[in-house]
Amino acid sequence: MALAKDKVGIISCSGEDLPEGTISRVATRIVLEKLRPDDTVTICLPLFLAGSEDERAFARVFPTIAVDGCSKKCAETGTKKFSGKPVATIVVSEIMKKYPSLKVKSKEKLSPEEMELARKVAEEIAKKVDEILCKKIK
Amino acid sequence: MKKCKVIVIPCSGIGKSLGTVGRVATYKVIEQLRPNDTRTVCLALLTMGDPEARRLVKENPCISIDGCPAQCSKKNIEASKGDLAYSIMVTDILRENRGLKPEGVIQLNTQGEKLAEIVARKIVEKVDDTCTRTIFRRM
Repeated sequence: MALAKDKVGIISCSGEDLPEGTISRVATRIVLEKLRPDDTVTICLPLFLAGSEDERAFARVFPTIAVDGCSKKCAETGTKKFSGKPVATIVVSEIMKKYPSLKVKSKEKLSPEEMELARKVAEEIAKKVDEILCKKIK
Repeated sequence: MKKCKVIVIPCSGIGKSLGTVGRVATYKVIEQLRPNDTRTVCLALLTMGDPEARRLVKENPCISIDGCPAQCSKKNIEASKGDLAYSIMVTDILRENRGLKPEGVIQLNTQGEKLAEIVARKIVEKVDDTCTRTIFRRM
């Protein structure tokens, strides 16, 4: 694994059984591709178990943000268990409470409303990324 | 007789488009093509050792869908002592369809969608086969 300094690792639960899992995944990719492409990296969560020590060293090298779809917080627990404690955790179902008008139903293709929610979650992740990198500069 | 329910679990790899292909193909199967015979389980939940997720993969035949040679879905089902009936590699199906160039993780391009359709058909083949074998086994 190529290592880089001053990057934040974003780890999404990508839960297949819940629409919130798709929101966590899409929000993570929005941060990686559009909002903070130079500041962030990711790894597949199940790779912690299936992968080698290289993968497990991930969170020992990078500060991480876990992005979870539901209160079971698999991304947070998994990162902590196999790699290192995340600096922050974002739970999609919690953020959804702030936007009661945005409903999520689909797991495969997100509607414009669901994409809007994914963007809101992505903005929250980006905010945390900025906080973490500023803390490191201090 | 207990009805066969096949658990289809994609790796959902977030780094490459083939993870999305596996995920999209899985939804095509569980929501449109075989909604009564299949369901999915969150792979991360299984990885974390959730008792209900473990019970489901032990008591039902599973099909893993993996986007890369790390085979996270297959390995995590095996590590959970799940009943792995088939393992599908998206890369193998891409090799059989070399003309397709899937791209995109948030949203697949048209060729990615086409590959997902092909993967979904392959999953359906394995689901039907698994159900037939399970029915005979339970007779």
